[in-house]
Amino acid sequence: MIETHLSLLLVVIPLIAAPIVAILPNGRLPWLVTLLVSLSCLVLAIMQLWNVADGSIISYELGGWAPPWGIEYRIDVINAFVALLVAGVAAVTLPYALLSVEKEIPTKQISLFYSAFLLCLSGLLGITQTGDIFNLFVFLEISSLSSYALISLGKQRKALTAAYQYLFMGTIGATFILIGIGLAYAVTGTLNMADLAARLPEVEATRTLQTAFIFLLIGVAIKLAVFPLHLWLPNAYAYAPSVITIFLAATATKVAAYVLIRIIFTVFGASLAFQEMHIHWLLLPLASIAVISASLVAIFQYNIKRMLAYSSVAQIGYILLGIGIASATGLTASLLHLFNHALMKAALFMALGAVLYQVGSVALQDMAGLGRRMPWTMAAFVAGGLSLIGVPLTVGFISKLYLILAAFEQGWWWLIVVVAIGSLLAIVYIWRIVETAYFKPTSHSNVTEAPLSLLLPLWLIVIANFYFGIDTSLTVSVSESAANMLLGGKP
Amino acid sequence: MTELLFPPGLLLVLGGLLMPLGLKLRNALLFILPILCLTLIWWVPADYIVTLPFLGFELEPIRITTTGRLFATVFSLMALVGGIFAYRQASTLELSAAFVYAGSAIGVTLAGDLITLFVFWEIMAIGSTLVIWAARHDAAYRASIRYLMVHLLGGLLLMIGIAGHVVETGSIRFEALELESISQYLILAGFLINAGAPPLSAWIADAYPEASPSGSVFLSAFTTKTAVFTLLIAFPGTWLLIPIGIYMIFYGIIYALLENDMRRILAYSIVNQVGFMVTGIGLGTEMALNGAAAHAFAHIIYKALLLMSAGAVLYQTGKRRCTDLGGLFQTMPWTALLGIIGALAISSFPFTSGFVSKSMIAQSAADQHLAIVWFALAAASAGVFLHAGIKFPWFVFFQKDSGMRPPEAPRNMLLAMTVFALFCIGLGVYPEPLYAILPFSVTYEPYTAAHLVAQFQLLLFAGLAFFVMLPMMKRTLTISLDFDWFYRFLFKHLGMAIVSQSSKARSQLEIKAQTSLQRLFDYLEKHHGVTGILSQTWPTGSMVLWIAVILGGFLVVDIFI
Repeated sequence: MIETHLSLLLVVIPLIAAPIVAILPNGRLPWLVTLLVSLSCLVLAIMQLWNVADGSIISYELGGWAPPWGIEYRIDVINAFVALLVAGVAAVTLPYALLSVEKEIPTKQISLFYSAFLLCLSGLLGITQTGDIFNLFVFLEISSLSSYALISLGKQRKALTAAYQYLFMGTIGATFILIGIGLAYAVTGTLNMADLAARLPEVEATRTLQTAFIFLLIGVAIKLAVFPLHLWLPNAYAYAPSVITIFLAATATKVAAYVLIRIIFTVFGASLAFQEMHIHWLLLPLASIAVISASLVAIFQYNIKRMLAYSSVAQIGYILLGIGIASATGLTASLLHLFNHALMKAALFMALGAVLYQVGSVALQDMAGLGRRMPWTMAAFVAGGLSLIGVPLTVGFISKLYLILAAFEQGWWWLIVVVAIGSLLAIVYIWRIVETAYFKPTSHSNVTEAPLSLLLPLWLIVIANFYFGIDTSLTVSVSESAANMLLGGKP
Repeated sequence: MTELLFPPGLLLVLGGLLMPLGLKLRNALLFILPILCLTLIWWVPADYIVTLPFLGFELEPIRITTTGRLFATVFSLMALVGGIFAYRQASTLELSAAFVYAGSAIGVTLAGDLITLFVFWEIMAIGSTLVIWAARHDAAYRASIRYLMVHLLGGLLLMIGIAGHVVETGSIRFEALELESISQYLILAGFLINAGAPPLSAWIADAYPEASPSGSVFLSAFTTKTAVFTLLIAFPGTWLLIPIGIYMIFYGIIYALLENDMRRILAYSIVNQVGFMVTGIGLGTEMALNGAAAHAFAHIIYKALLLMSAGAVLYQTGKRRCTDLGGLFQTMPWTALLGIIGALAISSFPFTSGFVSKSMIAQSAADQHLAIVWFALAAASAGVFLHAGIKFPWFVFFQKDSGMRPPEAPRNMLLAMTVFALFCIGLGVYPEPLYAILPFSVTYEPYTAAHLVAQFQLLLFAGLAFFVMLPMMKRTLTISLDFDWFYRFLFKHLGMAIVSQSSKARSQLEIKAQTSLQRLFDYLEKHHGVTGILSQTWPTGSMVLWIAVILGGFLVVDIFI
């Protein structure tokens, strides 16, 4: 029973739980319900990946309507992989959320906060599950609208402006996506992604279709924060509540990257995207600039949350580089980095959240001497930083290795140089914090280590950073078979 | 029972990480781990291989080769004796880092593939940086950062090179590589940076003397010699290494002669000694490679011995400049005696370990009829005697009396030095056990009358030159004109000219580099800084403008193409 409805349950459980949580009294009960929901989502996501890991595809007809008329949930290894990432991050973030949210969110908004969180989770999971492009748009809007609300709950008043700007940009992006979907529908008469992919070769040459593709691409690029459309991201991450920064940084951009990969490779096909539209001429330069420029900006930041946000923009550049290479290895690198970057950023933002919880600030000068005051938190930050830099035995090394291998296959030396410069710059901006935390005299004499409920999830993620950097059998095999599947080969 | 599934190097790394857990545990591990490691290395026969599938490659985390075993043996020995030297005085952080460092170096020597090698290579960089850090003063901290930067750069070149090599050849085996494309050159560059080759030779003398007294002992042994090992395996007979090696030999001598800090003298002399090995690898004959390997073995021991005696002096007096020291033989006779044994060994004095190893390299140059190389090596031998063999003990233990009367070095330090001094003499008198574990079978006989006479002559003249030039060595400006013009010309003017010109050029370059770096930094900050255009919060309208630009641009391009 559960087996057959896995994919639906994954979306519906958080969706139904959201309004229930909203009417619960403020206190710890909403958190408990949300935690249970996200844990069950994680279990479902693991089962799902287990089912499709052998390369099979599960097609689930919503309400019994056969595709392409009804909405189809179509699960292959890529969907299941991204869904596992989202559910996993949610399940690890929530134990962390209890104290952090109590401190950062006014008590009377707590149940609303968790309700919005569940909606966001439901939307993100929905994006990964659906095989219908309009349905995808709907879930994208659910997740986006709830994240605007979540960001605006940040303590500082700047959170409101940040959420407003994100709302503006996100809405434009959503509109573009909708325009793209509409144009594609006008040409093909179908909204089912698999069906679209089957019908598109007949109409490939038309200008309408190319315009549809461009609108979709730009729309998703805004959501993904591709340079120079990233301008909403730094403030949104910097001023959102800690838990939301962790969750969104680890999942929202990753899901957007997934959508981009789906649209390019599954729906429109690599030949249209790369041979006729030459989108790599757009993606590769922008991604390279993102890697270098955003890393440079990160070096000069004094608000460390903002610094990590810029680092995210740079890391999204790596994902785009892999997509732009468009080879099996390149896509593998992208999918790997999608997963791995979620792990490293979750670790780093969690460590920062713990600093914010204890110190009340994430400004660089306030981190002086924290290496002694909060040894476990700062050690976790260093470990996450090493992973971000790409030191061997961490996940960061694995994804960079694959990216460099992919560049080698093409003989693109400049791309290796870009990756190398990006790594060196990452050393610099991580180093600034290590230096401040470990070598500057402390300015707070009464700061102590963060509570265990923050440290445990943090270290769980840190260990994952190393575990998946050493035992790569799960991530690499899934990414490789996903990449082969996307390029039309056998998984 | 010849099963070995756990890399011996990893044992030291993990054991090193356990050290902070308790003082008793730490001290036990200090002795048990190296001995255990040594046992494991010799437990299994040569050419023993363990494979491990990873990312579609067959890793070989353990491949015992004769060369690798030679290096792993001396590294374990170094960890053991270094531990004895340090265990009372060094901080736990330093010992822990030193064992991680030693273990990763052993890991490199037993690595059968490039990926394993690279992983250990990077751990080594981090471990050694922490060893410098552990000195816990400001200069050490800044030096460690410069050190780390150099090694991360080297690691980066190595990683790119390895990735390229793997893509081109499909093989990850760590074996002799042909210099075919840029990938192999990058690998070579990565190795050479760790060996202290030009143009980045300065990091050794920059970083090692800033470490704690015991820290510099550990540092002297592993990084450069691991690089020698990798060059020996991957690039034997690459002619490019001959000029690089000879440059390093003379670079080390000239800078060491002009240096005043006793540990910096010894650090420059590391460059010089590694130069001999690199030259030997470049010569590439069986005897030259044997010589390079044997010299690495002998060098680790006597250089550690020298740095131990310098470390003991520093520990007891707190002074590191030759001009502040002197006359210490009166109260530290054992340290002085053991230091002199190390100094004799580095000068390849007959009946010390340096003699039986270095002469092999010179001999193979002669066998190949490379007169210039042979001449350079012979001249350099004299130079080594000058800067390390006499200058170091003379200025530290004898010379004018500094008036200091420090007590003799602590007993554990003396014990460690004695062990290594016995090795220096033992290997010199009875080199057969060392010859037996060299990569190739040895037919070389070091103790012939001709060798002995030549070496004694060389040493005698060099010794004479030293005392004749003593006033110059003190860097006073009084030079009598009736000195033999040859020494003056060769060692004073030529040396000074090269150094002053190159240091002038270098300081000019540094200033230039600094200003242009500052300019670059300012430029970057202007655009990327907090108030820069790329970093500030944009008005919503401008954000949207970008969307319009990208969308419009793409659409227009699409329509017209």
